[in-house]
Amino acid sequence: MNNRILKILSVGCCIFATAPSMAADGKILATAGLSQVEGSGGGGLVPWATLAGYDSQDETAASFFMSDVNVSDFRMTSIGVATSFYDRVELSYAQQTFVLPESLISGLSLTSEQIKQDIVGLKVRLYGDAVYSAYPQVSAGLQYKQLDSDTVASKVGAKTDSGTDFYVAATKVHLGAVAGYNLIWNVAARATKANEMGLLGYGGSENNSYQVMMEGSVGLLLSPNWVVGMEYRQKPNNLSIVEDDWTDVFVSYLPNKNVNITAAYVDLGTVATKKDQKGIYLSMTGYLW
Amino acid sequence: MVNLVKASFIALSVFLVACAAPNKAPQSLYDEIGGKPTVEAITDNFIDEISFNKDIYRYFEKTNITRFREKFIEHLCVNTGGPCTYTGDTMLKVHQGQKINETDFNLTVDLLVSAMKRAGLTYPQQNRVLKVLAPMRGEMLYK
Repeated sequence: MNNRILKILSVGCCIFATAPSMAADGKILATAGLSQVEGSGGGGLVPWATLAGYDSQDETAASFFMSDVNVSDFRMTSIGVATSFYDRVELSYAQQTFVLPESLISGLSLTSEQIKQDIVGLKVRLYGDAVYSAYPQVSAGLQYKQLDSDTVASKVGAKTDSGTDFYVAATKVHLGAVAGYNLIWNVAARATKANEMGLLGYGGSENNSYQVMMEGSVGLLLSPNWVVGMEYRQKPNNLSIVEDDWTDVFVSYLPNKNVNITAAYVDLGTVATKKDQKGIYLSMTGYLW
Repeated sequence: MVNLVKASFIALSVFLVACAAPNKAPQSLYDEIGGKPTVEAITDNFIDEISFNKDIYRYFEKTNITRFREKFIEHLCVNTGGPCTYTGDTMLKVHQGQKINETDFNLTVDLLVSAMKRAGLTYPQQNRVLKVLAPMRGEMLYK
């Protein structure tokens, strides 16, 4: 476990759990969702149709997040900020740092153990309210991603070091649907050329055009403050090396509209020739206003 | 053809018997949460929550609270499947002209949730009450 991240997470939690309410609070608790590893409001792996903040139609909101993924051979941290305006538009920025294992560093004779990627996201709510409208809330978004260096990407056969994902997401909360408990589900379709979210570049020898990947999340609100659920993210296979779909099971704690904390068990399958990448995902979102 | 008629008749009989079985009548949400005393408690708690919230109380400054209490009890009773008749105005008429924004609407939902919690409703029961009320939001917001 990355101690620095753990420390930041725990300090951050303390500050936000005790701070007086300063966040936009025009939405119902939990309806702002969590922070997605690429910076968008969502679940952990999948972008949702809900926007990142607690802003109602008359408010704006801003939040920051820190996520840490620790699997067998890799570690990734993602930090970023998201703002949302009038429950209509969301802007986000995230920086991902992907840390490679020694075997890959020497195997590919790399000079740096890290791959960094910047992601700028835009999301627009097109229809509905996840809780109240008859049909699911629907949003469309994009994520523009840029690697800081194309060294690893080109070594594994990727065509470029930047790319843009486009997605449409639908989210619905069903009040009292499962024995009186609220059920939330989200489905997203993403057009992408990214290899391992873009960390291994875009396109490859097997495929160099956009493909639509399906992603989904389902969660159950056990109380106003606790959510358990699972996620699935389909992945393309553009490179000659194997890329697997991702899954996770998560538990989130949302004590108030200032902070949320998520822990998940993730299964990333084979990543960059390393098999069975399973481990822990930790994430915290703090809401500034 | 005769067989079809016979089969239909048997199916219909089974269906009618099943429907008529008196001991299987599902309990209404109204009865499950505790009937009249609980609905009255929710309403009194709700009025209490509103009166201590300056953002929401301003909508109620000119409200006849005695009438509001009576109609709100009826409203909750009817919508949870209780044996009452709603004699109040439509949700649209009650909320029209108040220009209730989304923030205040959601805050009022929070107050109602507190009121239900204080009246002893479990979290699943609270959700099921919200579920029957949720479709009325369109008649309340920005009118």
